[in-house]
Amino acid sequence: MRLTQGTFSFLPDLTDTQIAAQVKYCLDQGWSIGVEYTDDPHPRNTYWEMWGLPMFDLRDPAGVMMEINECRKIHGGKNYIRVVAVDSTHTWESLRLSFIVSRPENEPGFELIRNEVNGRSIDYTLRSYATEKPTGERY
Amino acid sequence: MNVVSPKPKSSADRYKAGVMKYKEMGYFDLDYVPKDTDILAVFRITPQDGVDPGEAAAAVAGESSTATWTVVWTDRLTACEKYRAKCYRIEPVPGSENQVFAYIAYDLDLFEPGSIVNLSASIIGNVFGFKPLKALRLEDMRLPVAYVKTFDGPSTGIVVERERLDKFGRPLLGATVKPKLGLSGRNYGRVVYEALKGGLDFTKDDENINSQPFMHWRDRFLYSMEAVKRAEAMSGEVKGTYLNVSAGDMEQMYERAEFAKSLGSVIVMIDLVIGYTAIQSMSKWCRRNDMILHLHRAGHGTYTRQKTHGVSFRVIAKWMRLAGVDHIHAGTVVGKLEGDPNTTKGFYDILREDYNPMCLEHGLFFDQPWASLRKTMPVASGGIHAGQMHQLLTLLGEDCVLQFGGGTIGHPAGIAAGATANRVALEAMILARNEGRDIMAEGMEILDRAGKSCTPLAQALHLWKDITFDYTSTDAPDFVPTVSVA
Repeated sequence: MRLTQGTFSFLPDLTDTQIAAQVKYCLDQGWSIGVEYTDDPHPRNTYWEMWGLPMFDLRDPAGVMMEINECRKIHGGKNYIRVVAVDSTHTWESLRLSFIVSRPENEPGFELIRNEVNGRSIDYTLRSYATEKPTGERY
Repeated sequence: MNVVSPKPKSSADRYKAGVMKYKEMGYFDLDYVPKDTDILAVFRITPQDGVDPGEAAAAVAGESSTATWTVVWTDRLTACEKYRAKCYRIEPVPGSENQVFAYIAYDLDLFEPGSIVNLSASIIGNVFGFKPLKALRLEDMRLPVAYVKTFDGPSTGIVVERERLDKFGRPLLGATVKPKLGLSGRNYGRVVYEALKGGLDFTKDDENINSQPFMHWRDRFLYSMEAVKRAEAMSGEVKGTYLNVSAGDMEQMYERAEFAKSLGSVIVMIDLVIGYTAIQSMSKWCRRNDMILHLHRAGHGTYTRQKTHGVSFRVIAKWMRLAGVDHIHAGTVVGKLEGDPNTTKGFYDILREDYNPMCLEHGLFFDQPWASLRKTMPVASGGIHAGQMHQLLTLLGEDCVLQFGGGTIGHPAGIAAGATANRVALEAMILARNEGRDIMAEGMEILDRAGKSCTPLAQALHLWKDITFDYTSTDAPDFVPTVSVA
């Protein structure tokens, strides 16, 4: 199962050249880049771990690529890693772009748990097979 | 046009019993300077033959504020000068013989705070049937900050919707379930599942799918939510289906919305024809219940489309942002339904920007401040397909929902394949645009290349490559940009 969160998950995995081009676009818009990773891919797991703070003062795509690669060295293969672009413009003040740049080799997917309640109604819960194990042992 | 304000009358003359010209009653004052807190409206007026355009404009101002057909002494019990709407500007419509634009100012005290129904009952209440006018169209309004701030606005708004869905940097993708009538609940859910599993973010009930003999609403909700949750499990993404809760009365609408919430839906849907009060009530319900509110503009074409009579959609768009909807259908330009590119740009700006500068070429007659009111996501729906992705992205931008109904469900390899084609086309186009490529010039090349590693996209491009809807628009702006010599 391929996790399709993030903007470019339906395309073949991006090359570093392609990632750098997206980073450059974000920096050109005045946004800042953050790198985040997680081993809990649940769609409502909002807070992935931050690989340092968003890089507000780093305006060079090559520098961002270096950080992405440092993060990959430690977490690549064991975590999902995403690049996020943050925009502090008034009335936006949120993310502008978010895409996955590294994923575990084996993505076991999700179980849909159906709790039958109130006649025909169902109380749905989504659970990642990976998170059945403790963090650090999931991938 | 030679129009002047009449000389003010003495009080005794002004209130003498009988019938008097509206112009002389205080509804026409070209020297009036609108206050920052005034609500402004511009009407396109086509007077009956022989009726003075100034008198017609004064009549519109009068009939949409305090006037009646004859002088009434009870005016003198009130601060009537303040309450009279004033036509402060009148000008001919470019390229027309007998039409004028009349700008009218209304004092803020004429309106109840936070009520579209009160605003519309004044501005479009009686006056559209007024006999001395052949036709009348409300073109645009300026809603002052003082009035905007009396509304809650969208319950969710573009930014928070994106945060909740965890989807950034691209238009959202949807599809309306087809055929719109006749599917059983079980069959209906199949379409929802396939489309969402294939890569769409949303599916949608159509405007007239409520609770009919072939499918009662509870069945639709139960099967659709099974499909949504199943597709979430298959993708790891948040998905949604616009469950249409429009019904014959508010009690049933609340019941349906509560049921949608209990099943875990992130979004509910209403139709414009439920009325402004019901829309505002549902918006407040959505605020209380963390729900996104989708509005289908069912019925608007009856009064927005013809240029001489009715209400422009840009006014409806403003009212609906105030009323508090998160999504509204606002045109596609390239699809099967009415939509001039410049006029549509005006609608999108009204919904998405925090400030709209006057722009006559886009049909925006006034500067419009939104005072940080949340933004409404425009929805492009009707006759669009993957092969137009570069045009859609260029014309409509990324903060919108692209709704491919036939363009998903009609795919030769099935619904999921149709959805995948759309998603891949979209992501490839965003990637290329961000890389700095000229997507309008290279669009087809970008799509063809993406189709090489995605068979469903290649099939979609082949099937629909020649489909366009190229008809003259009935609602183009009256003003065209003049080329400067500089």
